[in-house]
Amino acid sequence: MRNNTKKVSVLTVAIVVTMFWVLVACGSDQKEQTAGGVSVTSELTGTIEVDGSSTVYPISEAVAEEFNKLYPKVRVNVGVSGTGGGFKRFTVGETDISGASRLIRNPKETSKAEANGVTYDELRLGTDGLSVLVNLDNDFVDCLTVEELNAIWMPESTINNWSQVRTGFPDQKMRLYGPDSDSGTFDYFTEEVNDEVQASRSDYTASADDNVLVQGIAGDKGSLGYFGYAYYQENKDKLKLLAVDSGSGCVQPNLQTIPSGEYSPLSRPLFIYVNEKSYQRPEVKTFVDFYMDKGPDLTNEVGYVASQDAVYADNRDRLKK
Amino acid sequence: MSQEKFGKTGINPNRKLRKVVGASVYILFLLSTCVGIVGLAILIFDVLDKGIPWLNWQFITDYPSRKPEEAGLFSALMGTIWLMFMTALFTVPIGVSAAIYLEEYAPKNLLTRIIEINVSNLAGVPSIVYGLLGMSIFVYQFGSDEMFLDRVLIAGALTLSLLVLPIVILASRESIRAVPDSYRQGAYAMGADKWQVIKGVVLPSAFPGILTGTILAMSRAIGEAAPVIAITALVYITYIPKHPFERFTVLPIQIFNWVARPQDDFRSLAAAGIIVLLVMLLTMNAIAVVLRNKYQSRSEE
Repeated sequence: MRNNTKKVSVLTVAIVVTMFWVLVACGSDQKEQTAGGVSVTSELTGTIEVDGSSTVYPISEAVAEEFNKLYPKVRVNVGVSGTGGGFKRFTVGETDISGASRLIRNPKETSKAEANGVTYDELRLGTDGLSVLVNLDNDFVDCLTVEELNAIWMPESTINNWSQVRTGFPDQKMRLYGPDSDSGTFDYFTEEVNDEVQASRSDYTASADDNVLVQGIAGDKGSLGYFGYAYYQENKDKLKLLAVDSGSGCVQPNLQTIPSGEYSPLSRPLFIYVNEKSYQRPEVKTFVDFYMDKGPDLTNEVGYVASQDAVYADNRDRLKK
Repeated sequence: MSQEKFGKTGINPNRKLRKVVGASVYILFLLSTCVGIVGLAILIFDVLDKGIPWLNWQFITDYPSRKPEEAGLFSALMGTIWLMFMTALFTVPIGVSAAIYLEEYAPKNLLTRIIEINVSNLAGVPSIVYGLLGMSIFVYQFGSDEMFLDRVLIAGALTLSLLVLPIVILASRESIRAVPDSYRQGAYAMGADKWQVIKGVVLPSAFPGILTGTILAMSRAIGEAAPVIAITALVYITYIPKHPFERFTVLPIQIFNWVARPQDDFRSLAAAGIIVLLVMLLTMNAIAVVLRNKYQSRSEE
């Protein structure tokens, strides 16, 4: 009896293991066939490491997806470590391309790159407009000045009612929603509005997941929050977008005002950084060139505003050098 | 006090009151049980409601995409299967050996006691701690900037092995301890030495229990996102690893990635991904239950 049970158990394990390998084998076969079937234009191979900003990630992912249709044998790994986390890997030469929602300016980053002999090209992709949002039922505010935003969001701010923001606003409790302190969006907003990176009041509902912020603002009548324009575009029917006045009148973020810089100071640039040594590898060169060709369309498609053709022409010039 | 009040037995002589108390306690306990079940039911209903329309063969066999209708989780599914088997490969021999040592060989002294307490404590360490540990030991060389294994499958498997090793050791010890001592004595009486007893008597009897514990440990491993994110830092992959030194992604990371997208459809895709993960977990748990039942009925014979 015992022998029998033992046999059965061993058999079970054997079957499971076999199934696993069959599955893996079938899987890879099938994939190569579909990839090899339709649109192969090249025998280019290799691996490209992309990492960096979560804001730039959707663009890089879209480019990688389109690229793979043409060059199925090139492996493009796209990670999300944040702008700072991405630069950490980029400056030691671990990645070939790094997405960024700010310039590489931190002296720690540039000196590290220098020490490791990493030289790079900075390529501008487009612009994201940080959007300030309130509840759909909010009928008293359409525009806030940068000073008002600063008064609301600065560290130790005690504003908790809309009537404290501007005389004439009704007595309505105010609750705040925003990205958490790991986010590049948070870095950019605090620097532009509060004049210091990471300086912000902390008694607000913070989330790394922008969908949580959308739901919080949509369900709370006195709410105020901010996040990237792409998330607003997907939730236009749930939220009210505010204009921002930086001294020269109220400007709403939209597809014209964001790239022109008119929507200021909350328009932020999006970049990829390309390791120059990596760029000499044929697969990386092909990928980056492809990125520059498809960048404008795909940047718009994922919800940002692509830079003008002249900027992309300038990018190509930088790469040629 | 109560004895004075209710006489020698201490029981309230008011039978009606006792019945009411008895009934209300029953209801209270029933409701407490229901909290968990109702929560689970709502969760499963929500996930099924959103995810089922998106579940189809193409979802299983396609790579991730920015277009929800073309997106699939093939690379994540294969990564999870790879990771699970490699983790088992590392965990089982080490875990079972440690359990045999602790149960059969280790002297009952302070050192053994310390090891035992530590193994139990390790089972409760938050998983992200293992992730960071794995990253600094396996991905980089002990915290330096130098790469050791890089962000590859084998580094992930080694990290998850650390995570589930305590569980496997504890489960294996339980089942080794459950082998009646009379079996060992009988084998010794036949002239077998210690290793022969362990190999021929203890391990075969304990095998189903060890297997059950291992499967449950593996189902914990494949549900983990935090330590694997620390290792891979990666979400978009369009190939299946062919050997242990390739990059990978797993189901929880893919689900996490979809949940964070702005488009509603991706959250439905995440729900469909959760269904796939749940089916995997339930299958593994079912195998564990079947094995345990087989084991129990045999012991009773």
